[in-house]
Amino acid sequence: MLTAILAIAALAVLFGLMLGYSAIRFHVEGDPIADQIDSLLPQTQCGQCGHPGCRPYAEAVARGDDDINKCAPGGEATILAMADLLGREPVALDAEEKLPAVAFIDPERCIGCTLCLQNCPVDAIVGAAKQLHGILSKECTGCELCLPPCPVNCISMVPVTEEISGWRWPFPSTPLKETAKSQPERAAA
Amino acid sequence: MKTFIASSPHVARVNRVDSIMLQVLLALVPGILAMIWFFGWGLLINILLAVTFAVAAECTVILARGRSPLPAIADLSAVVTAVLFAISVPPILPWWMTLLGMLFAIVLVKQLYGGMGYNPFNPAMAAYVFLLVSYPVAMTNWLTPTMLTEHHLSFTESLRIILDGSLPQGLSWDAVTSATPLDEMRGKLDRNLTMGEIRQSPLWGAFGGRGWEWVAAWFLLGGIYLLWKRIITWHIPVSLLSSLLVCATLFWAIEPQTHPFPAFHLFSGAAILGAFFIATDPVTACTTTRGQIIFGASIGALVYVIRTWGGYPDAIAFSVLLLNIAAPMIDHYTQPRVFGHGGKRG
Amino acid sequence: MAVAHSLIANRRLWTFHGGIHIPDEKSLSNGAPIAPIALPSRLVVPLQQHIGAPARVIVAVGERVLKGQMIAEPTGLVSAPVHAPSSGTLVAIESHPIPHPSGLMAPCAIIETDGEDAWAELPPPMTDYPQLDPELIRERIRWAGVVGMGGASFPTSVKLSPGTDRHIHTLIINGAECEPYISCDDRLMRERSGHIFEGVRIMHHLLGVKQVLIGIEDNKPEAIEEMRLALAETDMHTYTEIVPIPTLYPSGGEKQLIRILTGKEVPTKGIPAQVGIVCQNVGTAAAVADAVLEGRPLVSRVVTVTGRAIANPRNLEVPIGTPASDLIAHCGGYRETPRKLVCGGPMMGFALRDADTPITKATNCVLALTPEESPAPGPALACIRCGRCAQACPANLLPQQMYWHARAKDLDRVQDYNLFDCIECGCCAQVCPSHIPLVQYYRYAKTEIWSREQEKRKSEQARARHAAKQARLERQEQERQAKLRKQKEALAAKAKAQAKPETAAKQQASAASPTETANDS
Repeated sequence: MLTAILAIAALAVLFGLMLGYSAIRFHVEGDPIADQIDSLLPQTQCGQCGHPGCRPYAEAVARGDDDINKCAPGGEATILAMADLLGREPVALDAEEKLPAVAFIDPERCIGCTLCLQNCPVDAIVGAAKQLHGILSKECTGCELCLPPCPVNCISMVPVTEEISGWRWPFPSTPLKETAKSQPERAAA
Repeated sequence: MKTFIASSPHVARVNRVDSIMLQVLLALVPGILAMIWFFGWGLLINILLAVTFAVAAECTVILARGRSPLPAIADLSAVVTAVLFAISVPPILPWWMTLLGMLFAIVLVKQLYGGMGYNPFNPAMAAYVFLLVSYPVAMTNWLTPTMLTEHHLSFTESLRIILDGSLPQGLSWDAVTSATPLDEMRGKLDRNLTMGEIRQSPLWGAFGGRGWEWVAAWFLLGGIYLLWKRIITWHIPVSLLSSLLVCATLFWAIEPQTHPFPAFHLFSGAAILGAFFIATDPVTACTTTRGQIIFGASIGALVYVIRTWGGYPDAIAFSVLLLNIAAPMIDHYTQPRVFGHGGKRG
Repeated sequence: MAVAHSLIANRRLWTFHGGIHIPDEKSLSNGAPIAPIALPSRLVVPLQQHIGAPARVIVAVGERVLKGQMIAEPTGLVSAPVHAPSSGTLVAIESHPIPHPSGLMAPCAIIETDGEDAWAELPPPMTDYPQLDPELIRERIRWAGVVGMGGASFPTSVKLSPGTDRHIHTLIINGAECEPYISCDDRLMRERSGHIFEGVRIMHHLLGVKQVLIGIEDNKPEAIEEMRLALAETDMHTYTEIVPIPTLYPSGGEKQLIRILTGKEVPTKGIPAQVGIVCQNVGTAAAVADAVLEGRPLVSRVVTVTGRAIANPRNLEVPIGTPASDLIAHCGGYRETPRKLVCGGPMMGFALRDADTPITKATNCVLALTPEESPAPGPALACIRCGRCAQACPANLLPQQMYWHARAKDLDRVQDYNLFDCIECGCCAQVCPSHIPLVQYYRYAKTEIWSREQEKRKSEQARARHAAKQARLERQEQERQAKLRKQKEALAAKAKAQAKPETAAKQQASAASPTETANDS
């Protein structure tokens, strides 16, 4: 009896020491999880998740303070990627999924107030005071942060036209329907 | 004309699941006829019962899953499972055991895993093993081949035995049933009889158990038909039979008096049927070429080991199920060398 | 010499894994000679008909263009120009559906033809090319807009400049034409063999290779015979050989043909030049001869118009930009309503949504399939793991495993099973008894992976720009603070020096002023 207790105790101590040692030996600096989550986010910096940018949201998810389904621009793909990374169950998106779009400034109405310019998180708007502003549509992430400050409501979101270079084969539907489900509204745009 | 996003190829496909299954059924016919010839009408009744139960079970489960049962029935996979089960069990198995077996095979082993294509275990063999461990007596109660018995059970007599278990007037069980050749061999070897003494018995034919040898031969013919029609490839049957043959020859050569002759192993039990029709079930077997050879050879070796040293006289079902578990792992380690990826020739 | 002959006499052929035998259906269209087509009144010329950087338009809308005049110039090394296929007026540069599986639109030059078919002034023929600088010849081929005409449409001039560090020893000419139905290369070899050999001679000269192998599937005996006769008339037989190869789809795939003829395997993600081989299509060889010996750019090509829905299937010589519907009309229209109109072959081509889609440099076949030839596949059944796909796969992949992972959208695992070694030949889908659209799963996975990589790059860029903006704002804030501090210090020092006995009221006033300055900035 005594031998058994001693043996178990000895084993417990041994494993405890091993665990303690590896905690020190394999300690990881920083928060690699937040980095990894951040790399999955689309970096629109739109704040639709309720955080002031992608990085703060990633940190909140890493801490467990926020759910993984708050990123509207990332949509389902981002949720699945995060669920996969964190070993969680994928949950439905907590927002409406939107088609990718970029901002467009109506040159007739822009008064050159620079307010949108200051709000753009990725410096995708060029212009100066009293000058017509323009959007670098290649850099625009479609975050819509420029919409509210515009005093004359001259900015609108234009859906990105589907280009052949970025076209994806549709996932085969079961049973495979041969009718084209190719978003006619997008093709028309 | 309609508009399409349809991926190539654009021409008619060449194979169909249902035609493959139909070919398998067709290839089983000669062996089944031989079995009916040697063991009577009970076998046919069993097949009909098993098919009915299996199809009904499949329908019920698929309806319960809220899908249309027709495509699943039309692929004939349940029929193949039922037929394979019915020819593996004794021809006078009580009907409720067949029902139990089919429910086990279709509901538990096949549909609960997702249905056709998703089951990790061969449904017919799983049901066979389930019944064998639950009802060992009934499952080893084989009929005596017709040439060794006075009384030949008629269709109605067989039906009565299967339905309510009652023997015809004036007949005892001993008169119609006997041990299978593998059972006989095992029992006598356990009693330290030599091979020469064992072979005195009228149970033995030219190269296997009397009757059994011809059943196996007709199944072999069906198997060759499947190979010819390219329904199956040679890898699993050839590796299975050669590995069994190699094991049998080796031990027989060392000690011919205590080990059965090699042909006995091939032609007395379910080895041929197993090699061509059971182990080749694509869903549960290995898919890589090298994997299939390992798969077949392992089954062959296991069959010999269990027959010789294990607790059961025949072992096709156990060996196939054991290798079913190992199949994904074997597949993983036997991936072929992809075109353009250095290394050795694949 | 004797060595070369004995080598030729006993040429060994290699095999590749898998492949399938399918009815070749070539007799539908290979009987009649290549026929010209009436010039259409409107040509729709896509501005990108090649792999690589798009071409830049150099002609203004409304201008008159002549046949063979360059209307868009190449941008970058891997690029190709586009020429006017006939004379007329460039009426617009606009989006128009192009031959692509998506059916999407791309910029095209719309030319209204004037019916004169007047040639522009062409560069002089280079009949003395052996004496010329190879760079000049390559420049000519590049100018002529020659691209791979077997379907890949890779700029030929780039393929013919393998660089000095790579030793190219073999030129393979692909006349296999393994896809069913298609017979344009077959007819080309039968009717224009001399022309093909001229092109081969030029490419042989450019590459400096030891041997030229022309692989032709043995279901084209007339083409083999004609090419052999034509070869015997030239002095090229010392280094060139016509090699009949067994008919087995897809032996016309570049990597498969190289394997059959030389036993060499092009390494994964690699190109044939890595094993010392360059592979060109017979049509490309003819286009090279046109460009070098006649100074003619690539403005037309031979297209097979076939399928049982076509009244008179045959091969046509078609100006680039002709709508597919014109070709069908020229072949007597439809015999019956087709279920599918396919661009390319039945195994690898794609369905056209619109019969007005123009012919491009890469279009080798317009295929109208009847419902009997191309029945609706019906619902796919579950995979039964029968392994027929793996037996048929010419790349020796495990298609069923790739299917599981593609279906689960597990893009990493699909790549573990070497998705990108898949050549999309369609053998697996063709033999699948469960009728699973396997190739579409792989295409879905490939395009999804590419587009995710693209998105990833975009988000990296956005992250960098965001970080740059944050840094800039921070720097500006620091600069403002520093300025403020400096001004404060300066004022304080001034006040101290000027009037020590002054009252506190003055100090208060000076403290207020820097805030104003900051607001102004």
